[in-house]
Amino acid sequence: MTKGILINYEFCTGCHSCEVACKKELGLDFGEFGIKLEQVGPYKYQTGDLSEKWEWTYLPVLTKACTMCEDRVKTGKMPACVQHCQAWCMYFGDVEDLARKIDGSSRCALMTGAVTS
Amino acid sequence: MLFNYQEFLDGINRDAYHEGEWQWEEDGYTVTRTYTYSAPGCHDSCGVLMYTKNGKLERVEGDPLDPCANGRLCMRCLNLPEGVNYEQRPKHPMKRAGKRGENKWTEISWEEALETIATWIRVNIDEAGLGRESIFVNHGTGRNISSWVPFLGGACLGTPNIGAIGFSGYSCYLPRTCGTAAGIGDFPIVDASETHEDRYNNPEWLPPEVIVIWGCEPLKSNADGFLGHWLNVCLQMGSKLVVIDPQLTWLGAKADFWLPLRPGTDLALALAWLNVITTEELEDKEFIELWCAYYDELKEHVAQFTPEWAAEICQIDAELIRKSARFYAKASRGAIQWGLAFDTQVDSIQLCQTVSNLMSVCGNIDKPGTNILVRNGFEINPGYATAQLYCPEETFAKKLTVDLVHPNCVQFIGMADCDAVNRAFESGRPYPIKMFWSQGSNGITCSATASGRVFKMLQNIEFCVVADPYLTPTAVAFADIFLPLKTTAERDSMRVWWTPLRAMKGVSEWYDAKSDEELVIALGLKLNPELFQKRWPTMDALKQDYLDTGFNIYDEQTGKSYRSAGRSKAGRIEVADAHTNYYHKHKDNGDGTYDNLVQRGGYEYDDFCATYRKYEKGMLRPDGSPGFATPTGRIELVPFITFGAWGIEPYATHRESISATRWLNDAEYKAKYPFICINGTRSYEFFHSENRQQKTMREFHPWPLVKVSSQTAKEYGISDGDWLWLENSEGRCRQKAVIDPTLNPNYVHAEHGWWFPEAKPEFPHLFDSFECNINNLTHSYETGPGGIGNPLKSICCRIYKCTKENMSPTPGEVITKLNGYRNNFIACEPFARDLAYDSTCNINKDVIKDTPLADVFGDGSSLDTIYGNKKGE
Repeated sequence: MTKGILINYEFCTGCHSCEVACKKELGLDFGEFGIKLEQVGPYKYQTGDLSEKWEWTYLPVLTKACTMCEDRVKTGKMPACVQHCQAWCMYFGDVEDLARKIDGSSRCALMTGAVTS
Repeated sequence: MLFNYQEFLDGINRDAYHEGEWQWEEDGYTVTRTYTYSAPGCHDSCGVLMYTKNGKLERVEGDPLDPCANGRLCMRCLNLPEGVNYEQRPKHPMKRAGKRGENKWTEISWEEALETIATWIRVNIDEAGLGRESIFVNHGTGRNISSWVPFLGGACLGTPNIGAIGFSGYSCYLPRTCGTAAGIGDFPIVDASETHEDRYNNPEWLPPEVIVIWGCEPLKSNADGFLGHWLNVCLQMGSKLVVIDPQLTWLGAKADFWLPLRPGTDLALALAWLNVITTEELEDKEFIELWCAYYDELKEHVAQFTPEWAAEICQIDAELIRKSARFYAKASRGAIQWGLAFDTQVDSIQLCQTVSNLMSVCGNIDKPGTNILVRNGFEINPGYATAQLYCPEETFAKKLTVDLVHPNCVQFIGMADCDAVNRAFESGRPYPIKMFWSQGSNGITCSATASGRVFKMLQNIEFCVVADPYLTPTAVAFADIFLPLKTTAERDSMRVWWTPLRAMKGVSEWYDAKSDEELVIALGLKLNPELFQKRWPTMDALKQDYLDTGFNIYDEQTGKSYRSAGRSKAGRIEVADAHTNYYHKHKDNGDGTYDNLVQRGGYEYDDFCATYRKYEKGMLRPDGSPGFATPTGRIELVPFITFGAWGIEPYATHRESISATRWLNDAEYKAKYPFICINGTRSYEFFHSENRQQKTMREFHPWPLVKVSSQTAKEYGISDGDWLWLENSEGRCRQKAVIDPTLNPNYVHAEHGWWFPEAKPEFPHLFDSFECNINNLTHSYETGPGGIGNPLKSICCRIYKCTKENMSPTPGEVITKLNGYRNNFIACEPFARDLAYDSTCNINKDVIKDTPLADVFGDGSSLDTIYGNKKGE
């Protein structure tokens, strides 16, 4: 079953906890990441229904270094990024289960690594 | 909604996280389930799993079984090992070998360090006929603020003069606690379920319908014992936002209403909100009828403060004020999260009281999902009160109080008055300060307003002890004796700040370092052996007394109990029982020890904070009757009695700071200093001046950043990453530009607390502490009613790009070698009387200005009359 990480990025605050937790777990060097925060905005829409609304979105992206914390998960623990996510916007599990969790109430991204188990 | 608390709880593999154990072996590590506090730390304590090997901290994880933070942990605690194991962390006590600022030290034993201190005090204070009041004790925030350092000051050193150096107006938290206590009698915080062990599952709890985030960025600041990310769960559960902040935050971008008011005008907005709510009859009539006093008086007073009036002052749209006020008032559960900006304005005390009124008139008090009233868990209240319990009464009578600088004000705060302390340092009046004890604080880098001025006044100190885990700029500049302190990973400690009571268990070792608690005992046994041998001869005795009495007095021989007479009062009063609720809860089972607390998992919730509608249940008043802990038993919407006693006008009116008044009314001044400089906003990487040693934090945040608007960047030819000078009459500093397209072009925003542990320590460098210090531009002695609130977050400045030609002299050179940016400081005057600093002219011209500061309003009025300080009753 393919494992994945679901990010309810509507609520990602950009706090960097996932990045640092991952760096510690994988022992990554300065400038290297297993998950890396990306940012859109802030800007104000000038057009359409969103006119005068703000855009400010964060989304952490899994890199090649991500192992889905295979070793941690085997012991029953959560992946380091999911466990420490302050924004409470990350979930780990089988991709089918995670896909079912997406309910259309907020913006979500479902990511997988290349590791299956 | 994806968030599901029960699903989260059910999904935790409890074996993997060793439920029910507090310490175990795992993959060659010893793992300890405990809490962090500081240093390095913050205002919070999150549950962690500390991984150690051979006495060294190797790894920190959040503990998913901790109900406070649910395993979620910020980057600073995840990175704690880098701070704890920092190579250059001092290992032993040291005495200064060269001159101050040369950074030459000799390592000494603790015995020699303590003996040197004791001898100095005996010879130069006691035998010289001076009193212990000539010792000033300085502490920082977060760590120890409420207990250990004030306790050390009172019980070990016997001085009443304890506080924050150079921190005019007590501009952090105290204004909010006092401003709200005046009307409500207790302290309100947002209810994000944090008082319940079962948290978001609690059957009584409901998330707020509307949360007002006012003058803060709680996700980053986590201030005052409140984890900001709790609010992010509330958002997921449906809470809507109003954000009141001059700059756009991520929360502001998500808000239904963002009110980007001009810095320092929050009271005008609050009065206009009250105007809208009372004129449109949106108030909670039943709550007011049953529980509030003076509503009619309040309504009549705020009738003049229309949204149109406030709109002009705050520079926001009147309709936005109306709509947002209705949005809060009409919510069935509204909650206001207020921040440091409340404490850094000259109308601070009235602002805090007025916003408390917003909560009260809307009935948003102590109900689920509103602002709930909280006290320290189990009524364990070590802090200023018990510190002063042990200061001799005749010494306490000489405390440096607010009336020394504002004759009509009345001291009602436990700290020594910050400006009265400044005055004693600068003028020797009413007596000189001979000794400076600084513990867990890096004043000249961080919290001291007018940093150059504070540096100047501390240069004359005869004897200085700095106790800290790190060798800070403050230590290099002034310390004669340096005492190495333990970090949170090494100390056994406890905390009460609301709930739950938490225990920190030391897990690692660092050479000769002592914990703040161990230092209290060592110093107390040296300087005050009679008291300490009887009460606190060991760590076990100290920890037990913390839990049993909060350092109050229970005399076993007579069976009598005594408590402190009050935060700002000397001596003790007899009470029925000085024991805490924790003692009573555990005495029969004998399991009320620190070790029991650690082994139970390190936390214990108390019932008081978790109970709603305490005013209906007689839980707030000492006599057990329903109502609030105020003189009338009702919430006093106009606090005639309390503000009256404190010498503060009970009816709130908006005031502008000196700089804002000039900026608004004097075109020449505004042309010279076109920007309002907001400053001090937190970042995820740092807590105040901490964490700068840590490689990973600097990877994410290498330099101090000043935000400028897109328009400003265009006008000045600024690109992201350019170094900019920020400058005003008081001095200058430099930070790196980041262009913020959402920022009002009239504002810039600078960071605080920067130093560079990798830079040179000796003068003039001081780890480049002054290069980027925004407090080079702030000033002391300007405070509002009650001597409360300094406008440090809304100063004025100009900016220009750093070039090779304009780098010299550096701020460090000016402050440490060239006698400072300004000369001729007169104690009690905010600005010096020499020519204002100007990069285009020579510094330090001893020219008296034509217009002394007290006459800036042109009518000869003193600051006291300007700010309406009245004689106390």
